[in-house]
Amino acid sequence: MDEPIRVLIAKPGLDGHDRGAKVVASALRDAGMEVIYGGLHQTPEAIVEMAVQEDVEVVGLSVLSGAHMHLFPRVVELLARAGAGHVLVTGGGIIPAEDMAELQRRGTGRLFGPGAGLRELVDYIRAEISRRRTAARSN
Amino acid sequence: MSQVPTGTAAPSLFDRWREAYAKAGEREAAFETVSSAPVKAMATPADVAGTDWEREVGYPGQFPYTRGPYVSMYRGKLWTMRQFAGFGTAKDTNARYKYLLEHGQDGLSVAFDLPTLMGYDGDHPRAAGEVGRCGVAVSSLKDMETLFDGIALRDITTSMTINSPAAIIWAMYLVTGQKQGAKLADLGGTTQNDILKEYIAQKEYIFPPQPSMRLVVDTMEFAARNVPKWHAISVSGYHIREAGSTAVQELAFTLADGFAYVEAAMERGLAVDDFAPRLSHFFNSHVDFFEEIAKFRAARRIYAKRMRDTYGAKNPRSMQLRFHTQTAGCSLTAQQPLNNIVRTTWEALAGVLGGTQSLHTNSMDETLALPTELAVKVALRTQQLLAYESGVANTIDPLAGSWFIEDLTNQMEKGAEEIFARIAELGGVVAALEKGWFQREIGKAAYKYQRELETGRQVIVGVNKFVEADEDDHEIEVLKITEETERECLGNLATLRRTRSAAKVKEALDRIRTDARGSVNMMPAFMQGAEAYCTLGEMVDVLREVFGAWREPAVF
Repeated sequence: MDEPIRVLIAKPGLDGHDRGAKVVASALRDAGMEVIYGGLHQTPEAIVEMAVQEDVEVVGLSVLSGAHMHLFPRVVELLARAGAGHVLVTGGGIIPAEDMAELQRRGTGRLFGPGAGLRELVDYIRAEISRRRTAARSN
Repeated sequence: MSQVPTGTAAPSLFDRWREAYAKAGEREAAFETVSSAPVKAMATPADVAGTDWEREVGYPGQFPYTRGPYVSMYRGKLWTMRQFAGFGTAKDTNARYKYLLEHGQDGLSVAFDLPTLMGYDGDHPRAAGEVGRCGVAVSSLKDMETLFDGIALRDITTSMTINSPAAIIWAMYLVTGQKQGAKLADLGGTTQNDILKEYIAQKEYIFPPQPSMRLVVDTMEFAARNVPKWHAISVSGYHIREAGSTAVQELAFTLADGFAYVEAAMERGLAVDDFAPRLSHFFNSHVDFFEEIAKFRAARRIYAKRMRDTYGAKNPRSMQLRFHTQTAGCSLTAQQPLNNIVRTTWEALAGVLGGTQSLHTNSMDETLALPTELAVKVALRTQQLLAYESGVANTIDPLAGSWFIEDLTNQMEKGAEEIFARIAELGGVVAALEKGWFQREIGKAAYKYQRELETGRQVIVGVNKFVEADEDDHEIEVLKITEETERECLGNLATLRRTRSAAKVKEALDRIRTDARGSVNMMPAFMQGAEAYCTLGEMVDVLREVFGAWREPAVF
């Protein structure tokens, strides 16, 4: 059995709508992942520091404020700079489809919009981490 | 499973129905409200046996106001159609306001951007990427003047959704009105100014609870003495519900918050009848039609009893719960967004049948972005259709006396009283939120609902039933906020900082510091700060230095 997936769930920026972040944190915990809930109003810098300290494989960001084009790439960039470019950055919020596509081009994993199912999210993280672990082992 | 009523209005016929019902069987469904409360198959007079109709339901405009706060309700005056709007620069939003007023809207409702809500100027590093995104950026009196340029504040009422820095933003509004030539006593409107629900649900807090409560009471006192047409607080359940609470939690948490403000103001020495007539409330209208109507009716009754019996209000206006309603943003779907028009319609209808005083109908595209002009117009037209075509505004509280509705209303009241008892055990609202109790209760309810969606126990059309496979292209246009907004705000702020009097700014900020350390009402200092063109961020920084900042326990 593989070791559990460690995930950091955080809300970057000033927005306080934390329903989605908390529901996702609970769902990932119930799916057997180790979840660190980073709380609200975090800067990208603080999130990356937490991700590195906690040695997570996944960072899940929730952004409902429209600031996603600023916040997601910033976290991706800072993770790479901190030598943690292997960390999967995923998340969700009020993010138009074309912005999602652009963010994925800029290094995030899949992003989830309103109405996405918890199972879909859990399956995606498991599959993606399994793929990354296998790739890391064969390198 | 449904619950079959056990009462007997006409025993033999009822028993015959019950037997036949058991044989007939039920379709596959949970028969629960969106709050997971079980729903009866049918109500009978037995469910409301023992209700004292005159005392508990009564007549509109009469205690306990179950049927409405006013004698003639919508036959006297329709509800106020008030669409919440704000985006981009003050100039952009000013144009939207003029558009809404031209299309028959009655009052304005300002949505501020996140930096403003959190007390940061547009040029603060933490504001990067957020300026003008989900509301309008207001960093100083200059922006407030632009926001209402060409709109006479004496002639309209304005609702402002602002909480942590509410006293400062209100000061900017009052000064803008004065500069237009209005007197303070002429200015009418509402500041949301409900800090307790920020800690509980919306999470846009700056300072710790105690100094925040002081600022709230300062505004209540200042309004009572100087701005008598102003509603200093709109006690808000909307955000509690959006954060995932059930209907009865929304009802109880909101009313408990309101009572906490009443108690705080009375501790300051204000007489209840001097401020309570200007308290207002704000509820969500979610998808479960009857549950919502019962919630609104119960809210008025609980409030009236408590204001009279616990706080000793004598003025009937102090006992009348008046409220604004917004349809449930969290009920809207990104999938098949045109369906949202229909959801919003019956949610709005529930607000109207519940006797709301004003209403915001959400736009169909709000799960995708801020609404476009077309989407906002359809939402406003929805209210106009209800008001002028459906006929529902022609009679008062038409669902009164329905066994089902009255029973639900009684259950809502009972459920809320149980929650009040729990809050009291925890030491009151502030103590409970400091322990993270509300936050955990809401989180649990939200997660439960989400799991019920996963299993299909709760149904959302287009999301977990009647899903369309090919959904990549949304059927509608969405509004784009450009980087240009941020650049324009930054430019305006740079000019302001260069051109204002540095001496006046310093003098005003010093006074704010002194007043914050003392115990005087801070409104005059904020108005002086606004007049000196101190920025919002500068004034909040001074307060943060004196009051400290709040961090919540990160629990899920």
